[in-house]
Amino acid sequence: MCRTSSYLNDVLQKIYIMVLVYIESPKGQFKKAAFEAVTYGAKVAAALKTTCVALTLGNVKDAGILGEYGASKVYNIASSNVETFDSQSFTTAIANAAQALNASVVILSHSANGKSLTGRLAVRLNAGTVSGANAVPTLNGGFKVQKSVFSGKAIAEYTIDAPIKVISLMGNSIPAQKTGHSVAVSALDVAVPAPRVKVISTRTADGHVPLPEAEKVVSAGRGVKDPQNWGIIEDLAAAVGATTACSRPVADAGWRPHHEHVGQTGVAIRPNLYIAIGISGAIQHLAGVNNSRVIVVINKDPEAPFFKAADYGVVGDLFEVVPRLTAAFKKFKAN
Amino acid sequence: MKIMVCVSKTPDTTAKISFNAANTEFNSAGVAYIMNPYDEWYALVRAVDLAKQFPGSTVTVVHVGRADSDQIIRKGLALEANDAVRIDADPHTALFTAKQLAEHARSKNYDLIFTGKETIDHNGSDVGAMLAEFLDLPFVSYASKMTVAGTTATIERDIEGGVEVVEVKLPFVVSAAKGMAEQRIPNMMGIMKAKNKPLAVVPPVAFTDKAKVTRFELPKAKSGVRMVSADEMDELVRLLHSEAKVI
Ligand SMILES: Cc1cc2nc3c(=O)[nH]c(=O)nc-3n(C[C@H](O)[C@H](O)[C@H](O)COP(=O)(O)OP(=O)(O)OC[C@H]3O[C@@H](n4cnc5c(N)ncnc54)[C@H](O)[C@@H]3O)c2cc1C
Ligand SMILES: Nc1ncnc2c1ncn2[C@@H]1O[C@H](COP(=O)(O)O)[C@@H](O)[C@H]1O
Repeated sequence: MCRTSSYLNDVLQKIYIMVLVYIESPKGQFKKAAFEAVTYGAKVAAALKTTCVALTLGNVKDAGILGEYGASKVYNIASSNVETFDSQSFTTAIANAAQALNASVVILSHSANGKSLTGRLAVRLNAGTVSGANAVPTLNGGFKVQKSVFSGKAIAEYTIDAPIKVISLMGNSIPAQKTGHSVAVSALDVAVPAPRVKVISTRTADGHVPLPEAEKVVSAGRGVKDPQNWGIIEDLAAAVGATTACSRPVADAGWRPHHEHVGQTGVAIRPNLYIAIGISGAIQHLAGVNNSRVIVVINKDPEAPFFKAADYGVVGDLFEVVPRLTAAFKKFKAN
Repeated sequence: MKIMVCVSKTPDTTAKISFNAANTEFNSAGVAYIMNPYDEWYALVRAVDLAKQFPGSTVTVVHVGRADSDQIIRKGLALEANDAVRIDADPHTALFTAKQLAEHARSKNYDLIFTGKETIDHNGSDVGAMLAEFLDLPFVSYASKMTVAGTTATIERDIEGGVEVVEVKLPFVVSAAKGMAEQRIPNMMGIMKAKNKPLAVVPPVAFTDKAKVTRFELPKAKSGVRMVSADEMDELVRLLHSEAKVI
């Protein structure tokens, strides 16, 4: 083999194989998931020996900072048709960009909106797809991506056999990593149809990190006994810097809002730290939290099943233990 | 109104998860299957209630699967769906499944197509979006509330840390999350009637998957819980800091 042909191969790869990461920007801003997605895209590109390019839609503040996480270029599509979310107009925008840029891998966040784009894009681009991937693909014997299945009770490795691949990345799977520097943002002129789904309003609780993005979560169950006792849970969450969650019966009883209910039928989370207080650890609860990195369980019953899934356990009455733990966190922070 | 509800089957939530010796296939021996909770409690129940609101409506349950799913389909009929269709194929991947559902729906002119938020086995949340794309229909995911007036639906959908309220014209595809309806248990009358309701079995269309599971593995077992005395919360914080490194 002569040098020129391998050089040509390199060039061809650069032209035809490119990783495109679609970055969400609710209210014109990036969330943690955005930086995770670019970091992931850069790692996928490195594995494929190619470049990672980021795509944003609509008005975005400081899109160039995506370069710091490994995007070699940032493209933006400005159109009045992407001001609010519609899976069809967004899919068309991203698919057109992918085709214009000759992308062979398209990456999205496995978020509420991302999840409705991944499937559409896979169909539109005639691609092979894995949604909710939690690791960088391996290329040994095929393009292999893994994800968590059976509510966290197993891991499945998928092999994608198609020239174009669409992957969505599960939140908190890989840490965002700064490796580069800010880059210029280029406008990309592609057609976007008008949305058929009209957004009337959005209500988001400002001021705290939404559960699916939280790195630390303090969660409580029926052991708290009465909604009036929730204050000690909130105090602990404040001291830890955590978002609060609850078991299903607590949400069903109306003690806490439904968006805080974690588990199989609620939100699935994977924070770095999950502190479970007065929760028995039923399998359906574990299904939503067993991907947490470190689990602390506080329960007065030493036989509570949750201890089997825990990294640290405390047997005791939560009404005594929790205020003590809050004080300990405060002391730790003060030092 | 003509309503289609996509219903899948999943291992019971308490099922033991294990695989064949080569770790390439789920071991279903001794596993009890249920209707996917999102499809049953939220999609189907809401569909049936909507049908009552618009007299003359029909609710069709559609499933991609083999004959061993018929019991689950009958449960859907007992929950007051009018009829059912089973597309006789193994639902290997979301893309394959969505393609089959789309080919069924293409000629039927449904006004509304429901899916569940996700199946609790593969946790993909893919089929609804794919189905909508195959049919070129709008898709609203994670609906927790939905009303229909005339030909317009108003929907609340779950987004990170809140809700988004949207409006969309029929026909469209919607995925149902908690809140859409209350879980319901089939009554005796429903169960009796279900026995005689039509369940059509149709062949699949040819479609080649572009991705497949090549290996399963069980997550690494926890190294064992470390107990900390209830009097030593400073020690717990220290461990979280210097051993677990999460604070
Ligand atoms: C199909 C299906 C889906 C489900 N989905 C979910 C889901 O998504 N999420 C979910 O959470 N559940 C879900 N459930 C319900 C689940 O099975 C359990 O019933 C539920 O998780 C129990 O909640 P809990 O642990 O708060 O309450 P309990 O099981 O009543 O446990 C309370 C715990 O608190 C402890 N306790 C009591 N007092 C104190 C005290 N003073 N100090 C310390 N500890 C104390 C007790 O020892 C006990 O372990 C589902 C069930 C089904 C059938
Ligand atoms: N085999 C199937 N037959 C019919 N509908 C299905 C099937 N698999 C999935 N669905 C529908 O698609 C939804 C989302 O599934 P999934 O993409 O697997 O998470 C489910 O809640 C069902 O409504």
